[in-house]
Amino acid sequence: MPDSATLPTRRDEAWRYADIDAVAKIGVAAIGAWQDIDLPAGETRRETLIIGGDEPVARRIRVTLGEASRFEMFATNAGGDYTRLELEVTLGKGAHFEFGGVTIGGGDATREFVTTTIHAEPEATSNQTVRSVHWDTATGNFLGEIKVAKDAQQTDAAQDFKGLLLEAGASANAVPQLEIFADDVKCAHGATVGQLDESARYYMAARGLSPEMAKRLLVQAFIGDAFVALDDQAEHERLLEAALSALEEASL
Amino acid sequence: MLKINNLHANVGDTPILKGLTLEVPAGEVHAIMGPNGAGKSTLAHVLGGKPGYDVTQGSVEFRGQDLFDLEPHERAATGLFLGFQYPVEIPGVSNVQFLREALNAQRKYRGEEALSGGEFLKLAKEKAGLLKMDMEMLKRQVNVGFSGGEKKRAEMVQMGILDPAFAVLDETDSGLDIDALRTVGEGINTIMRAPDKGVLLITHYQRLLDVVKPDKVSILADGRIVQTGGPELATRLEDEGYDAVMANA
Repeated sequence: MPDSATLPTRRDEAWRYADIDAVAKIGVAAIGAWQDIDLPAGETRRETLIIGGDEPVARRIRVTLGEASRFEMFATNAGGDYTRLELEVTLGKGAHFEFGGVTIGGGDATREFVTTTIHAEPEATSNQTVRSVHWDTATGNFLGEIKVAKDAQQTDAAQDFKGLLLEAGASANAVPQLEIFADDVKCAHGATVGQLDESARYYMAARGLSPEMAKRLLVQAFIGDAFVALDDQAEHERLLEAALSALEEASL
Repeated sequence: MLKINNLHANVGDTPILKGLTLEVPAGEVHAIMGPNGAGKSTLAHVLGGKPGYDVTQGSVEFRGQDLFDLEPHERAATGLFLGFQYPVEIPGVSNVQFLREALNAQRKYRGEEALSGGEFLKLAKEKAGLLKMDMEMLKRQVNVGFSGGEKKRAEMVQMGILDPAFAVLDETDSGLDIDALRTVGEGINTIMRAPDKGVLLITHYQRLLDVVKPDKVSILADGRIVQTGGPELATRLEDEGYDAVMANA
C-alpha cells in the first residue's frame, strides 16, 4: 500500500493495470483520501454509485463490518477516462459483503474495480459479481483480493467475473488473489471473457430485432447478473440505464 | 408469395445450393424432403440471411420484394418467419421480453403502433394456450433449460405471436415425441393454414405430414429440386426411400 505522500506506481500490485498518467492528474491528495464506513453490529447498509463524466476518478472506500451486519455496494463504472472504485472491506463475525459492479465503455480508457475483502472473523460471507463490457481499445479490470484470517473458520467467499468484448481491440483482466490461513473455508472464483453470441444475434434478427436492438438486449442480459442482488427496483433501473446509455453512445 | 429462381449458394467456399427453383403461392403448404446433406437447412438459412451463407447466383422474390435487398430483421418484419431446427438459448432474456420487443420492432418497421405490456400479455396468453404452453414457461429465459420438445413448442408460440405471412420451418419435427409432434402440427395448421399465408415445411419424416397435410411435396437433392408432386410423394418416399423414388422420376 503506497503511503499517502506519494503516488502509486504500476509496481504496486493493486495498481498494476492503472492508467498512471491519469492517476497523476487525480493527484496525491485525492488518491490518498479514503471514505470510511463503520457499520455497527446487526446493521445493513446499501450504497449505489454511478461513475460517469469525462474526468479521471479514483474512489476509495474502506468499510468495517460489525458482527452480523451487511454491506451492499452496487456500481456502474462508465466514465470517459480512467475510473477506479476501490473497496477495502473487513468483515466481523457472521457479516456479509455483497458487491455488484459493471464496467462499460469505449475509447482507450481503463475502468476498474479493486477490492480487498478481509474475512477477519468466523462465519462471514462475501459475494462479488463483476461484468465488463468494452469496445474500441478500452480495458475493464477486476482485481479482487480475499484474505481469510487464521480464526475465520466457515468463511464463504465468492467472486465471479465475466468480460464481454464487442470489438477486437478491447480487453478485460481479472486478477483473483486468495490468501487463506483458516482451514474450514469455501472460496470460489471464476473468470471468463468472450464475445457477443453470433448465433443469438442471428436468432434475434430472425424474429425482427435489428442488430442494435439485439446487442442492447444481450448486453442488458449480460450485465444484469451484477445487479441481481439489488432488490431496490428504482436503483436497479438507474444503474442499468446508466450502463446501457453508455452503450448507446457508442458508434459500433 | 415466395419465388425462388435458380438459386446458387455457398457455405464458406463450398457450393451447396446449385440452381434451386421453387414457387410457393399464398394458401399453400409446401413440404421439402430430401436426404441428409441435400441443402435443406442451407435453403432455410439463405432465406433467413444467416451470416456465412453466400448467394452466388439467382434470386428470391418475397411478397413482391427482392428478399436479398432486406436485412435479416427486415425480412422478419416483412412477414417471413424462420423456425429453427436448433432454437438458440438466450440467457438473461425472458421469452416475454424477447417476443414483445421483437413484435414491437416488427410493428414499428411496418408503421404500426407498438403493443402495450397488457395488450402483449393478452396476446401471448392466447397463443400459448393454443400450443398448450403455460405462461410460466413464457416467463422463463429464452430456450434456457428447455427440453427439445419445449424448444419446438416455444418456436410455435413465437410464430403464433408474431403471426407471419410466410413460415419456413426447418425440421420443426426433429426431437419431438408423438404427442408433441401432434401439438406442433396442429399449431402449424391453426396459425398458418389461411388463404393469404404460406408455409415451406422442411422435414425428414412423414409423421408430421400426416398432421399438417401439405398441398405439395418436393424432393431436394444435391442442391436442386428434383421432383415435385402431391402428398402421395411423401408416402412413396416413406415406403421406398429416396434412391428408389428418384431413380423412377
